Amino acid sequence: MSALQGTAAAIRSGRQRKLLRSGVTVAIMLLALITIAAVSLMLGRTSYSPGEVLAVIFGETVPGASFTVGELRLPRVLTGLLAGFAFGAAGSTFQTMLRNPLASPDIIGVSAGAGAFAVTGIIMLSMTETAVSFFALGGALVTAVSIYLLSNRRGFTGARFILIGIGVAAMMQSIISYVLTSAPSWQIHTAMQWLSGSLNGASWEKLGPLTAAFAVCVPILLLCARSLEMLRIGDETATGLGVQVRPVRILLIVSAVTLLAFATAATGPIAFVAFMAGPIAARIMPPGASLVIPAGFVGALLVLVSDFAGQYLFGERYPVGVITGVLGAPYLILLLIRINRAGTTV
Amino acid sequence: MTSKHHLEAAGISLSYGSNTVVEHLDLGIEPGRITSIVGANGCGKSTLLKAFARLLTPREGSVLLDGKALQQRPSRVLARVLGLLPQSPIAPEGITVADLVGRGRHPHQGAFNRWSAQDYQAVANALETTGTAGLADRSVDELSGGQRQRVWIAMALAQETDILLLDEPTTYLDLTHQIEVLDLLTDLNRTQGTTIVMVLHDLALAARYSDVLVALKNGDVLATGTPREVLTPELIREVFALDCEVMEDPISGAPLILPKGKHHVR
Repeated sequence: MSALQGTAAAIRSGRQRKLLRSGVTVAIMLLALITIAAVSLMLGRTSYSPGEVLAVIFGETVPGASFTVGELRLPRVLTGLLAGFAFGAAGSTFQTMLRNPLASPDIIGVSAGAGAFAVTGIIMLSMTETAVSFFALGGALVTAVSIYLLSNRRGFTGARFILIGIGVAAMMQSIISYVLTSAPSWQIHTAMQWLSGSLNGASWEKLGPLTAAFAVCVPILLLCARSLEMLRIGDETATGLGVQVRPVRILLIVSAVTLLAFATAATGPIAFVAFMAGPIAARIMPPGASLVIPAGFVGALLVLVSDFAGQYLFGERYPVGVITGVLGAPYLILLLIRINRAGTTV
Repeated sequence: MTSKHHLEAAGISLSYGSNTVVEHLDLGIEPGRITSIVGANGCGKSTLLKAFARLLTPREGSVLLDGKALQQRPSRVLARVLGLLPQSPIAPEGITVADLVGRGRHPHQGAFNRWSAQDYQAVANALETTGTAGLADRSVDELSGGQRQRVWIAMALAQETDILLLDEPTTYLDLTHQIEVLDLLTDLNRTQGTTIVMVLHDLALAARYSDVLVALKNGDVLATGTPREVLTPELIREVFALDCEVMEDPISGAPLILPKGKHHVR
């Protein structure tokens, strides 16, 4: 065997090892997701057996369980799964595309944009719950488009996108504060509940739009996953290797923002899930693996576990966004310290 | 194997926004040769290379590959003919050498990243040629500057293109590694017939390692030809605003430039 063949064989086995490790990691995450979903369906104030839960899922009528599981827990768990996956996949898409962990939608103002619109809808326009969802969706899209247009003058650069995004986030936060200060106290409660991100309002009706957005956007993200992975070696190098950088970037931004906006509309901005999921997935996957699905799984796990913990682990019930916020804030600080240590800039 | 593809700029004007860098420039690249673009800072040499690499669309005119404008060809097809190594490519955190070099196969693969025997062969060949096979499982972050540059060149080799464009491939390298990289490119040119076009800062290295020099000033081609034809004291004064003497390099026979500064002149 020549040296060349030996090298080729070594590369092949290295690549197969990596694929195997990716596969096993994703399978373990899937198993963990199924477990936490099953636990969330079974346990609660009243607990039901696996048999009862399955019976409800297959459409049989079980006294008590049909309502608690069928109308409350099942839509809640499904919303948590889809929204968590959406936050994770969209967040990691942004972070990978802009090659920066700070480029997550909850840092660059897309989530804040949704929040500002939602709060305005609740307090100033007295909208219904469904109308608020769509208004928040519009808010996320408008914010993302403005950040893109503002940062795209004289060529697109990731750093400019992030810095303008952080500025826009601050503007949106100030709109939220302004609207909240001018609100009557009974409406503040509704608005705060929306802003903290929660699965309490989950229902089959609200799940519909999210599922539709999921069915359209996730396949697009997966189709672009390889090009996205190529963008990590720089826009110019990727162009040289045949990636159509501009169309891919626009397609990725549009589908990630749409996915994120629909998820935010369904649950409110669940703090830091989009921000944390990508880096966690990057840590557990082998280097250079595509992160869309792993980050989606991590996002869904974060949401379901935090929601379960928020409901039952403490004396009081906390919305899921409070728990993820408690987890995410220290991570943000840690990340900023790391960036500072490495002496790199945004 | 010799290069069959012709790359040519036909009346191109290049600008960033309203700032015009190059106007109505014509330049044909000789297939199978090593061409270096030289000139003072800001003369438009990197901009010109960007146009050849389709990173910049000309405002007027077009860059033609075998008579057809780059922008009219599918980017994946183009990427099988025209390789590019930008000045500062980015290595993703933690990525291994084999993985990075493997990305050079992107234009040859389908949508689902299936690797063929040919892909493995090409990557192995690129690693062996650049002497980086022993680093295959290492993380790119851990490598020295010279090793890293060889890995990037390996990625461009794995792409198996007839034409290779490089923007200052020797910057940030010490002298040993500069020579190593240029020797590697010369090997590639001689054994595979790869057409090489690069922007080089160092005139001495450009003179020794190029078949053809293109001297650029303010976005215009002042001269093209062999290093001997181009590197005359008159032309160097015009391009770099610098007085100098030119003698024969005792090692290679290429022109050797001796600049006359303000000080240390006898």
